Amino acid sequence: MPEIRNYTLNFGPQHPAAHGVLRLVLEMDGEVIQRADPHIGLLHRGTEKLAEYKPFNQSIPYMDRLDYVSMMCNEHGYVLALEKLLGVEAPERAQYIRVMFDEITRILNHLMWLGTHALDVGAMTMFLYCFREREDLIDMYEAVSGARMHAAYYRPGGVYRDLPDRMPRFKKSKYIDDKKVALLNESRGGSLLDFIEDFTNRFPKLVDEYETLLTDNRIWKQRTVDIAIITPENALQLGFTGPMLRGSGIEWDLRKKQPYEVYDKMDFDIPVGTNGDSYDRYLVRVEEFRQSNRIIKQCVEWLRNNPGPVMLDDHKLTPPKREDMKGDMESLIHHFKLFTEGYTLPKGEVYAAVEHPKGEFGVYLVTDGANKPYRLKIRAPGFAHMAAMNEMTQGHMLSDVTTVMGTMDVVFGEIDR
Amino acid sequence: MEWLNTSIDWLTLLFQEWVVVYFQMLPEALQTVILIVLKIVVIMVPLMLSVAYLTLAERKVIGSMQIRMGPNRVGFFGYSLAGFGQPIADAVKLMFKEIIIPTGANKYLFLTAPLLSLGPALAAWAVLPFGEGIVLAEVNAALLYVLALTSVGVYGVIIAGWSSNSKYALLGTMRSAAQIVSYEIAMGFALVGVLMAAGSLNLGEIVNAQRGDYGIVSWFFLPLFPLFVIYFISGVAETNRAPFDVAEGESEIVAGFHVDYSGMAFAVFFLAEYANMILIAALTSLMFLGGWLSIFPASWIALVADIPVLSWVVGDGIHWFFAKMSFFLLLFLWFRATFPRYRYDQIMRLGWKVFIPITIVWLLLVGVFVIQGWFGLGAA
Repeated sequence: MPEIRNYTLNFGPQHPAAHGVLRLVLEMDGEVIQRADPHIGLLHRGTEKLAEYKPFNQSIPYMDRLDYVSMMCNEHGYVLALEKLLGVEAPERAQYIRVMFDEITRILNHLMWLGTHALDVGAMTMFLYCFREREDLIDMYEAVSGARMHAAYYRPGGVYRDLPDRMPRFKKSKYIDDKKVALLNESRGGSLLDFIEDFTNRFPKLVDEYETLLTDNRIWKQRTVDIAIITPENALQLGFTGPMLRGSGIEWDLRKKQPYEVYDKMDFDIPVGTNGDSYDRYLVRVEEFRQSNRIIKQCVEWLRNNPGPVMLDDHKLTPPKREDMKGDMESLIHHFKLFTEGYTLPKGEVYAAVEHPKGEFGVYLVTDGANKPYRLKIRAPGFAHMAAMNEMTQGHMLSDVTTVMGTMDVVFGEIDR
Repeated sequence: MEWLNTSIDWLTLLFQEWVVVYFQMLPEALQTVILIVLKIVVIMVPLMLSVAYLTLAERKVIGSMQIRMGPNRVGFFGYSLAGFGQPIADAVKLMFKEIIIPTGANKYLFLTAPLLSLGPALAAWAVLPFGEGIVLAEVNAALLYVLALTSVGVYGVIIAGWSSNSKYALLGTMRSAAQIVSYEIAMGFALVGVLMAAGSLNLGEIVNAQRGDYGIVSWFFLPLFPLFVIYFISGVAETNRAPFDVAEGESEIVAGFHVDYSGMAFAVFFLAEYANMILIAALTSLMFLGGWLSIFPASWIALVADIPVLSWVVGDGIHWFFAKMSFFLLLFLWFRATFPRYRYDQIMRLGWKVFIPITIVWLLLVGVFVIQGWFGLGAA
């Protein structure tokens, strides 16, 4: 009799469901996973080390490239750490803008998650529906920062600039005629705030549409219910945060528990799951769509009625106005110093965390009084989730590995850094 | 017009005097062979064209369901014609690609597998009637023949995955084998129901058994409704289409059994999949939806019998058959755009614990129907 042994399967890094560059070494008994061993590091770009060689402001664009589907939230964590050590606070309007864009980013991230999660489980239409809405959200990014993805919009002391009064519009071209242009520009007639408000009015119906395709779908339920159950105790021990922790029934959300910016003035709920399975995490994230939408609405309302500065007036930290630089020596010097040497932080260390769409995104910063960090450590939520891969897939089948990867919402930019 | 008439006369004469005369001079055995080959060509060419354009239809239909356009560039002579040239461009591209045979693969089995997959899908068409008596081979055990051939198709999948010598392909093979044992039985039982209701294994007679005075109401899909649904779902599973595409499982085992195939060897699998889809659609329409029978009651057809075009449209004919097939093909595409994929143990559970019990219970009921004479043939 030949001996029956388990075999290993190399899942990725060149695999359509590997979400980029995950290499999973699976030890399998038939189709059943005995052990899953994630190998990471294929997208390592040395962000933390690079930041040690640059003035603080120049590292902001690196933060966009960490979790490249929730760009502004990464920036927020970094900028918050800088502000905490500097002892400054952004103007209130800037704080509202930040909260609004944090929530836009949350929807952006969750749409990406929903689309790819459904695609991994085999429902490919969801992917395209989600990307339809992502397009509008990315247009908001573009309108406010000029970049569709890597915004570099948050700065210590505020945000780079105020919201534009005019939403960019489509123009007639060889490929789109007048009728199409009118259709595309339907909600772009006014300012960016008008566009965002129009989106928040449309979005709840669209979420319902997603839910009709998935929530009560028998196959979807069969594929997600009771898959990768994580008990609340386990979730805490594994260092889960964000929807992964809330899916297990623990009500923990930094926006409520350690409010930063103006989250304490916002009215929203934290959805929690009951079973801690993939289906619960799905429901939690879908509910977060609606809660984020609520927060955006409140921010739009406030921002409409309260104009004001979006950046501190301290030119040791923030660039002076362009027109001042033309005539004022002081401003010119400030500008020159800021864009060459940057600013220095007092000696010390700081940890600041935000409720990132994926969980707690923390930045731990050690400074020695120079214009660069002595050490920058990023606490990426996905890293802790990825570490639970073995725990979550053991005893499940190969098809469930893709479900688990979907439910973890992994993005390798932040895990590999 | 004079010259036209003369030339037509001349051509007719040429045909009668030359082609027919020479044909009759051939030995009788050869005559039969030539006639059969001609019939095969008449069936195969439109079939292969439908397969090619079904791929375009799929991309267009799913595209519109997913708010995008689908292929719309390749056309003919500089006109894009909504991407009408796409299947031909795809075919040409695949023909010119290299067929890579993995080092560890069993070369002969590796190359036989695509043929094993396509062959049965085409051979089954031999017994399919397209209209009253329009059939290549009038076989009395046609249903058994079809059942046998559709089951042989899975050997292509199994051999392909096994001979590739790849873990991913082997997983696809394993899933395919597991899937087939759970679905063939339900499918077979569904066919037994049809057999009992029609009292014949001949597909032409099965269609004629569904002829009644009330058009659509007389078809088998009403009394055999559960069997109808189960047969079609099993058909979807048999063709490895979503949501049962576990053997291919794009996001799990990449392309499953054909992960190592390229070029024309891959294209043959592709053709087989689509030919199988058309076959299942045709079989379902023949056995449950009355094949070429008109949807309208006989009295209505008699009403318009004198109106030239309308009588043809309303009356029985091959166009009804094609319309019914198109409906089922649309369902195939619709499923693919809508459903997530089953896990393969869930497919087996569905097959064994849901479909087989339902078919068995319904077979008993069909037996009662037949004894009661509700199918018209019960007394005979």
